[in-house]
Amino acid sequence: MLHTVNKSPFESASLKTCLGLAQSGSDILLIEDGVYGALAGTIHTTMLAEATGAISVYALGPDLKARGLPEDRLIPGIKVVGYDGFVELACANDKVQSWL
Amino acid sequence: MKLAVMVNEGPYTHQASDTAYSFIRAALDAGHEIFRVFFYHDGVHNGTRLTTPPQDDRHIVNRWSELSEAHDLDLVVCVAAAQRRGIVDPDEAKRNGKDSDNIAPGFRISGLGQLIEAGVQADRLLVFGD
Repeated sequence: MLHTVNKSPFESASLKTCLGLAQSGSDILLIEDGVYGALAGTIHTTMLAEATGAISVYALGPDLKARGLPEDRLIPGIKVVGYDGFVELACANDKVQSWL
Repeated sequence: MKLAVMVNEGPYTHQASDTAYSFIRAALDAGHEIFRVFFYHDGVHNGTRLTTPPQDDRHIVNRWSELSEAHDLDLVVCVAAAQRRGIVDPDEAKRNGKDSDNIAPGFRISGLGQLIEAGVQADRLLVFGD
């Protein structure tokens, strides 16, 4: 399953809830303000860093760029994709769950 | 692949309209079919042609209309959500005694059944909202 998270972990618990329920082997794509969750060195870094491996975590490149977040500040293991990658993830997974 | 999209947030609010639009563009570019775009809750505000954003800003409503024209997209606005928010087509205007309508080109007003059908018929349903 592909999970999309569009809220910053600094304003909402949706990333935490998503990580608590996502099964091993699922994909998580951080979009919109959700990309703040991809940053290394924040109070929310540990929960996502621990999940990467069993779960593949992606961040939407255009949303990182719109917020001035350089890719070298991301948690290692998080892959950056464009909208084409978003489409590929949606098709590669049998379901898409949006955490709004 | 056949994809359906649901938009639950109005334009110029956060980002849902923009993300949904960019996703759909990318899906069409990759050769996928967009079965339907369903606008629900405040998402129905994407379908008023009376929108006039500043000229140097993107015109979200016209962008939908143009995409619909170019790719024969089915843009459906939920009737109950539309009635509450004043999104009206000529039929609805007549039925509810309104003096005008405001539905944008390419959009049509219909019921929640259209969302259910999109969920059943499409391979994936993606939800964008707040």
